Amino acid sequence: MAELGILLEARAMHAGRPARHHLLALAQASGVGRRRVGELIGLAGLGEVAGKRAGGFSLGMGQRLGIAAALLGDPRVVVLDEPVNGLDPEGVLWARSLLKGLAAGGRTVLVSSHLMSEMALTAARLVVIGRGRLVADTTVEEFVARAGGSAVTVRTPQAARLRELLLGPGITVTSGQSGVLQVRGLTAQRIGAAAWQARLPVFELATRHASLEKAFMQLTGDSVGFRSCAAAGAVAAR
Amino acid sequence: MSAVTAPAAPARARVAGLRVTQGRVLVSEFTKFRSLRSAMWTLLAAVVLMTGLGALFPAVTASQYHTFSWAEKAAFDPVTTSLNGVIFAVVAFGVLGVLPVGGEYSTGMIRSSLTAVPRRLPVLWGKVAVLAGGIFSVSLAASFISFFLGQALLGSHHLGVPVTAHDALRSVIGAALYLTVAGLTGLALGALLRNTAAGIAAFAAVFFVIPLLATLLPASISDHLAPCLPSNAGGVIWGGAAHVPDALAPWTGFALLGGYAAVLIGAGAWRLRRSDA
Repeated sequence: MAELGILLEARAMHAGRPARHHLLALAQASGVGRRRVGELIGLAGLGEVAGKRAGGFSLGMGQRLGIAAALLGDPRVVVLDEPVNGLDPEGVLWARSLLKGLAAGGRTVLVSSHLMSEMALTAARLVVIGRGRLVADTTVEEFVARAGGSAVTVRTPQAARLRELLLGPGITVTSGQSGVLQVRGLTAQRIGAAAWQARLPVFELATRHASLEKAFMQLTGDSVGFRSCAAAGAVAAR
Repeated sequence: MSAVTAPAAPARARVAGLRVTQGRVLVSEFTKFRSLRSAMWTLLAAVVLMTGLGALFPAVTASQYHTFSWAEKAAFDPVTTSLNGVIFAVVAFGVLGVLPVGGEYSTGMIRSSLTAVPRRLPVLWGKVAVLAGGIFSVSLAASFISFFLGQALLGSHHLGVPVTAHDALRSVIGAALYLTVAGLTGLALGALLRNTAAGIAAFAAVFFVIPLLATLLPASISDHLAPCLPSNAGGVIWGGAAHVPDALAPWTGFALLGGYAAVLIGAGAWRLRRSDA
C-alpha cells in the first residue's frame, strides 16, 4: 500500500457504509492509522459528510472518496483511472493541484483519461495507446509539435509582400482570409523583425498553440478505430 | 526508500513498513461488519426473534400443560421448549452471514477490498472469523437469556429445570454453536453465489425447504436422508430435531453440519481465488 495507490473505479464502495468507515476498513487492512484516515478526509474535503453513508454521495463526492482511498498508504506510485470524472469545476481544480502536488513531492502519478484538455493542463509526460498499440510516449509539448505544432498568425495589409519575404526552407505560409497569414516554422519575433526591416505594417502578431485535443485527433484520426481508443496521460515525477 | 523532496519525506517515513497481515485484515473486516446498519439491524432482529418469540413457547406450554395428553407430556422437554426461538433466529443469522459478502459484490466494494488485500483469501478468513465471533457471542448471550426466561415462565407451573439439569448446558451452548455454523453456511453461500438474493434463497432452501420436502418422500428413503440434512443433523445439539426419527447423536450431528459448512466455505474460497471479482 505504501508502494502503489490505485483508483480503478470510484464507486467500488458499499453504499450502506459511512465514508469514514469505508476508508478506515481499507486503511486497517495494511495497518494505516486512524490519524491518516482523518487527514485524507480533510484533504478530500469530505469532513462534513464523513459520517454519511457513501450510497448517498454524488458522483464527485464518490470520486473524492476514491482518490482519498488510493492515497491512504501515502504511496510512491499513484495510479488513477479517470480521476476527474464527475467532479465540479472546483473539484477539477482540486484534483489537478493535488496530482501536481503529489508529483512535485517525488511521487510518480499515472493518470488515464479521455479528457485531453485536462491532460494538457496536468500531465508532464504523455502515453497514448490506441487499439492496444503504443501511439506515442513523449512530453505534451513534443506531442503537440509532432501534430503540427504552433503557428503564428500575422495580420497585415501587405500580405503578399510579407509572404515572399518569409518563405524559405522548412517554412510554410498559408492564407485563410485576405490580409491574414498563418506562418509555421518561424517564431513571432523573427516575423516581427523581418516585417519591421521591410517597413511593412503589422496589425496583429500572435502565436497560436495547437491544442492537445487537436493533436490527438490528428495523430489518431487516420484510423477510425483510434477514434474510440484510450489515451493515457502520465504526470511523472522528475 | 527513495523519497526525494522535503515536504513528502516526513509523511513517507511515517507510513513506511505498511504490510497486509491476516490480523490487520481481521480488524478491517470487523470495521466493515460493525459499520453496516443493515448488519446491525439483522443482528438485533435475530436476538429479538430468539428471545422474544422464544419466550412464547414456554409461556403457552405452561398455561396449556394441563390439557396435554400423556404422550405430549412424555415428549415435553423444558430445555428445548425454552430454546425454540432458535428456529426463527436461524433465518436472521443466515441472512447476517450472506449480507456482508453478497453486499460486497452487489455494491462493487469487493474490488476495493481485493485491491487492499491482493492475496484475496485473507478477506474471506477475516469475514469467517468476524462472523463466527460475532454470532457466537451474541447468540450465546441470547441463548442463556432464552433459557432462564423460559425456565422462569415454566417454573411458575413447576415445569422448569435448573441449568445444571441433564443436557441443559449442552443444549444452551449448542444452540449458539448451531446458529454460528448456520451463519457461516450463509456466508459461504454468499461467497459462492456472489449475490445477496441468491445467497438468502439458497440458505432458505437448505435450512427450510429441503427438510420439508424430505418428509414428503417415502419413509424408506426419508428415514435415511432426514437425519443427515444440515438443519436436522445440527439441530440435535440443542434438541431441535426431536421430530426426526433415528436422529444422529448430538456431537456427531454437529460435526456433520460443521463438515457441510467447511465444504461450502472451501468452495467459496476456491471461487474467490479462481474467478474474477
